[in-house]
Amino acid sequence: MKKILILGGGTAGTMMGNKLYKALDHQEWEITIVDQHKTHYYQPGFLFIPFGIYNKSDVIKPKGDFFPSGVKVIYQEIDRVEGDHNKVLLMDGSTLNYDYLIIATGTQTRPDETPGLQGEQWYKSIFDFYTIEGAVALQQFFKTWEGGKLVLCIAELPFKCPVAPIEFVCLAEAYFTEKGIRDKVDITFVTPLAGAFTKPIATKMLSQLLEEKNINVVPDFYLESVDNEKKVLKSYDEQEIPFDVLTIVPVNMGSEMIERSGLGDDMNYVETDKETLQSKKFENIFVLGDAGNLPTSKAGSVAHFASEILFENMMNAFENRPLTAKFDGHANCYIETGYGKGALIDFNYDTEPLPGTFPLPGIGPFGLLRNTKINHYGKMIFRWIYWHILLRGKEMPIEAHMTMAGKKNSID
Amino acid sequence: MAQKTIAGQTIEVNDEGYMVDASQWNREIAAELAKEDGIELTEKHYEVLEFLRKSNEKGETLTIRRVGKSGIVDIKGLYGLFPGGPLKFSSRFAGIPKPASCV
Repeated sequence: MKKILILGGGTAGTMMGNKLYKALDHQEWEITIVDQHKTHYYQPGFLFIPFGIYNKSDVIKPKGDFFPSGVKVIYQEIDRVEGDHNKVLLMDGSTLNYDYLIIATGTQTRPDETPGLQGEQWYKSIFDFYTIEGAVALQQFFKTWEGGKLVLCIAELPFKCPVAPIEFVCLAEAYFTEKGIRDKVDITFVTPLAGAFTKPIATKMLSQLLEEKNINVVPDFYLESVDNEKKVLKSYDEQEIPFDVLTIVPVNMGSEMIERSGLGDDMNYVETDKETLQSKKFENIFVLGDAGNLPTSKAGSVAHFASEILFENMMNAFENRPLTAKFDGHANCYIETGYGKGALIDFNYDTEPLPGTFPLPGIGPFGLLRNTKINHYGKMIFRWIYWHILLRGKEMPIEAHMTMAGKKNSID
Repeated sequence: MAQKTIAGQTIEVNDEGYMVDASQWNREIAAELAKEDGIELTEKHYEVLEFLRKSNEKGETLTIRRVGKSGIVDIKGLYGLFPGGPLKFSSRFAGIPKPASCV
């Protein structure tokens, strides 16, 4: 029996487990998935919880529901990978051997990396929405909040789902308008980037959107610490921003297991070939999803597109062929903008998000870099697609590689 | 894309003034580029620039935090060297593309 070991049973690991199990001869191959947690979170749904659009029950299911029945599952924390010996040590002292290893341990928020963030205001007036606990606590807080300064701050790059903070402030704007207290809420978006987003054309569109919604943008703000007593954010160059309620996107880092294994960079992301998805250190280790250091978004759509490339390359590796499938960094993100509308961006390593239509050139139905109702429905329907098609490793009617068809080089 | 003559050499730069070809870079060009922004480069500055060039060559994603962990300078110190936008300025003086660590 040859052994494939998948570390992490989140979006990436689950998709890959399903794809491989379907394709491989079960007499010849044994697939094992290791994860320390039993609950699968639909993470794109966290964004909606603070505003009462979703509740906790809308975003959780048991991980076990999505693993194929013939795959071995071990719920245990991982100690480290010993790449030289093709084995993985678990925290309970047991050892797993592998012929091929897939690392899909994702990225974690690390509020402990910013001094003062987890002080006495943590979950009193400082919240994150990247964890179920933070999203639920913020929902409770907003229910009775009567207004003041709402500040969203991105602590560090890269972070998971680069559009989520923009969506958060847009949804907050709509939420407080509907509550009738928008005039009492001052919303500020604070980012270490030079603008609302990294790439020029999308930044232009999104900056206009935030301006229309009367949301302040503070660019080039690099967070050093949080003063709990005075309730101010402090940057390294000594700017200060006061807040009444702070929504933080904490520093993101890869799993500490990566650091213990000596496989990562200084943010614990696995050093990965951005095209083949093979680890740079070991030929039989592959990386999928947020765990890698690919220069593209940390997002489920990226893990999905990359999973098709990784599947091809693992098949190549099993049969000693060169790794001919090349990932292009394709990402596709719905941007919820409030009032039942949304925007959509589609891009890769080389092409920035451009306006146009998606997936069909000239037809759509989705509008790229446009704020439309149909894009919002796309985002809402996606939850069903996620649970029923995507996680189960079934085919989606969208190409893994980005296409220029339907895109234009400027905004009308 | 435009051409620019600086320190007696012609270099290619993009719309934002970042050098297109990192191999055209040298210390004199860096000094002149920095002077345009009112910064006089010291050896400490050059150490940072060399670190950025090496990281860029290796295809690493550049962040301020990473430079802060380089052992050359901490983040506060980096702001001191390149006030206003440490990574934006230093990468331009280092002749490498503007880092877009988050896409």
